[in-house]
Amino acid sequence: MAKKVEFLQGNEAAAHGAIYAGCNFFGGYPITPSTEVSEVLSIELPKIGGKFIQMEDEIGAMAACLGASLTGAKVLTSTSGPGLSLKQELIGYGCIAEIPCVVYNVMRGGPSTGMPTGPSQSDVMCAKWGTHGDHATIALMPASVQECYDMTAEAFSLAEKYRMPVHVLPDEIVAHMRERIEFREPGEIEITPRKAPTVPPEQYKPYDTSFGDVPPLADFGSGYRYHVTGLNKMQDGFPTTKAEVVQAEEERQVRKVDANIDDIVKFEEYMLEDADVVVVAYGSTSRSARYAVNVAREQGVKAGMFRIKTFWPFPDKQIKALAAKVKGFVIPEMNLGMCSIELERCAQGKVPVLGIFRVDGEPINPDQIVEKIKEVK
Amino acid sequence: MAFDYEKYLRPGKLPHIWCPGCGHGIVMKGLIRAMDTLKLDMKNTAIVSGIGCASRLPGYIDCCTLHTAHGRAAAFATGVKMAKPEMNVILCGGDGDGTAIGGNHFIHACRRNIDMTYIIMNNYIYGMTGGQFSPCTPTGHKASTTPYGNPDPNFDIAKLAIGAGATFVARGTAFHANQIDKLIAEAIQHKGFSVVEILDDCPTTYGRRNKYKSVIEMMNRLKEVAVPVKAAEKMTAEQLQGKVLTGVLYKDDSKSDYTTEYAKIIERAQAKK
Ligand SMILES: Cc1ncc(C[n+]2csc(CCOP(=O)(O)OP(=O)(O)O)c2C)c(N)n1
Ligand code: SF4
Ligand SMILES: [Mg+2]
Repeated sequence: MAKKVEFLQGNEAAAHGAIYAGCNFFGGYPITPSTEVSEVLSIELPKIGGKFIQMEDEIGAMAACLGASLTGAKVLTSTSGPGLSLKQELIGYGCIAEIPCVVYNVMRGGPSTGMPTGPSQSDVMCAKWGTHGDHATIALMPASVQECYDMTAEAFSLAEKYRMPVHVLPDEIVAHMRERIEFREPGEIEITPRKAPTVPPEQYKPYDTSFGDVPPLADFGSGYRYHVTGLNKMQDGFPTTKAEVVQAEEERQVRKVDANIDDIVKFEEYMLEDADVVVVAYGSTSRSARYAVNVAREQGVKAGMFRIKTFWPFPDKQIKALAAKVKGFVIPEMNLGMCSIELERCAQGKVPVLGIFRVDGEPINPDQIVEKIKEVK
Repeated sequence: MAFDYEKYLRPGKLPHIWCPGCGHGIVMKGLIRAMDTLKLDMKNTAIVSGIGCASRLPGYIDCCTLHTAHGRAAAFATGVKMAKPEMNVILCGGDGDGTAIGGNHFIHACRRNIDMTYIIMNNYIYGMTGGQFSPCTPTGHKASTTPYGNPDPNFDIAKLAIGAGATFVARGTAFHANQIDKLIAEAIQHKGFSVVEILDDCPTTYGRRNKYKSVIEMMNRLKEVAVPVKAAEKMTAEQLQGKVLTGVLYKDDSKSDYTTEYAKIIERAQAKK
């Protein structure tokens, strides 16, 4: 059977990727440049018996998603910068109460209202550090319309597998450009279901670590009665301030991602085998970077690209290995040096990290990157 | 035979956190009796709250309980109800939680007329954080952050709910304990968004600052100011000065609730497919 092929925008593709993954609940609040996701899902979700709700604000949208997720729904919210700021309160709730959900955030200029229609990559740190307290973060960076579809679908699996909020962070260019995409066949992208309890209701504890670092989560209304809170909690879900319990639980919630970095982190290596200069890029910027690497090669410079597909957890291991063998990194990004901080941390001063930072709402063009590549000595 | 509350309570979770004389426990007992009257299936019932002393209530009751973030109960609960309309969804929390930080979610839950019951325990103060004024603290009264008297006008929760579109609104008091369960039961049975405001007391942070010598004095005030709606009909405006109406203040059975309406959307979308 021929695959279904369409010419879609990144945001539209993401909505279809969500449906592919089994999304049956969307709670959102309109904001440019992410609104197409909700428009498509307002059409598609009721067709499959799913629920679409436009809430009164982004906090409410995040809350509705978390509430729905506790009943077993697969939930998505979409937003952009100002909305991401508002969602932070309850993204933190999703982290501590360990409730799966997908947050699709299209990056536009900021801070505040910034440039609503201008592309940006300046929410990468907000996704990681926006909510207070220690917590693990997973964030995926699509660079094409196909990846908006695929990564949104994958985000659902990661959210269920690790029982936590997962970010998809397209920049405005990726979210709004149109490309040919293939709808995936069943089985083509692995869909991980929620780990359901195997014990009877009387024995169930929502944070029972005897089942590993990711305890099974029962659906509200399925016969299991339990308590959920945003306070630090014990295995039975009730609040505690007991030092050793709080310490152990917090560590587990970070460890569940840290110990599985190799399962989570995805990246692309482009012409890295003999590269002297590595352009580290993500999202739409990686498209310019790929072009720039080709141009640099034509001009005799051994350039390559490391494309970040999973921004959080950061691909430390891979970047550290590169730092030990290349002459330098070039990092083009549509912010004033956010990924750059991570690169410098991993490079540990062994090689230079040269940044190209643009926040003027214009994409970074290949020429700029070629020039920077040549600066690495 | 005395009513057996225990079968609705989670084993091992008492004593509760509330101070002696706090009205929140009276409301909890009322809710339990209402649940018993209606024979609610506890497996299929969710109680959702925000943050505050009042919002600690769900933890004690043995059903699906969700203690959310400050002010967010109505929005979380909306997600629960939308995703599983067959569940009974009950919300509870304090005046601060529901009308200040959660005010927006509150009025929109009213507007949607989503079939849930919201019990607001109005003790006119932020109890948990030590007695700062809330949108329900009477003008002129003392709170830890209104040392010279509260300059703010206050909300009438019931009027707010009616204005925002709730289709069942009732008010009771912690003094009239044996009416609380009846009001809550009627609210739960109502198909649509129902609000039950319970005037209660916080002797610890409000009473002592406002010259109440005892919990009994606070309770007596509730007794004095409360006038059942029926009785009020026969009273003059003068007689009603300083009084608060209690009982079912508003009820409209003509409006369809939100999840019923959304089910129609699903039907329409599927017919088109
Ligand atoms: C976002 C946020 N802001 C502030 C607080 C602090 N806080 C906790 S409870 C509370 C007030 C609770 O008052 P109310 O809802 O009336 O309940 P009561 O304690 O009086 O029963 C406040 C301000 C918080 N927990 N979260
Ligand atoms: S501080 Fe006030 S509201 Fe809180 S438990 Fe004590 S009496 Fe009740
Ligand atoms: Mg209060």
